[in-house]
Amino acid sequence: MPDGLFIFFAALTLGAALLMVISRNAVTCAMGMILALVGVAAEFFLLDAYFLGVLQVLVYAGAVMVLFLFIIMLLDTEDPAGAYPWKTAALGLATFFLLAAGVLWLFHWSGAIAPAAAGATPPELTADPAEFVTAAKGFGRLLYTKYLLPLEIAGFLLLTALVGVVSLSKENPENQA
Amino acid sequence: MENTTLAHHLILAGLLFALGLTGVLIRRNLLVVYMCLELMLAATTLALVAFSRFNGTMDGAILVFFVITVAAAEVAVGLALIVALFRKRGTVRSDALTTLRE
Repeated sequence: MPDGLFIFFAALTLGAALLMVISRNAVTCAMGMILALVGVAAEFFLLDAYFLGVLQVLVYAGAVMVLFLFIIMLLDTEDPAGAYPWKTAALGLATFFLLAAGVLWLFHWSGAIAPAAAGATPPELTADPAEFVTAAKGFGRLLYTKYLLPLEIAGFLLLTALVGVVSLSKENPENQA
Repeated sequence: MENTTLAHHLILAGLLFALGLTGVLIRRNLLVVYMCLELMLAATTLALVAFSRFNGTMDGAILVFFVITVAAAEVAVGLALIVALFRKRGTVRSDALTTLRE
């Protein structure tokens, strides 16, 4: 049995994600999404990845979701009321239950993860930089040695996205229909 | 976390991914579809962190760092595209945007 905190945050994450998928109100969807992302961040904390948990809350649940909420309120989109078409509901239910059954089979019943490995506790935390470390220093060391090129590319990607967004959102009179 | 195993984290990540994919398939509001895509991305990062922790290496965690970076850039561009689409067509519902099909 997993411990209580894991179960609590797993239930929180899945419940919030379910709220997001079925709610008609786009703002409610965004709130569910924020809750789900905070739940994922909590799971990062339980996995001793503190830096990633903080990053997840700051970047995802903070910046990205504020952007989403801003756009939702700017566009003011409303879903039409009434029941879901039965085709859509059936498609959704079938997709979810097929995938869920596949996931449970793969990770639980098929034995693809050896029982010894599945029951194993994670390795003890060390201060060895070659292994999993909780300190943000571990990220810095790897980012500026082994992953220097990806880091530079990521920086360039952010710049490209910035320029692209500015040019996309500029009013262009020639393109108006 | 005495007995929380790798399989538990993978099942949680898989169920989150399934929920996200379901949302992408059944929702008609492009903004909500986009949020469901982000949820699928978050589910995969959860699996990556779990693998990283249980293998005792940092590489998966570093990959998650880059995924978060790329996702932030992608959300900015995607939302700008949706706003541009709304300006041009006045709707963000995917069942109203079928010009290419007709």
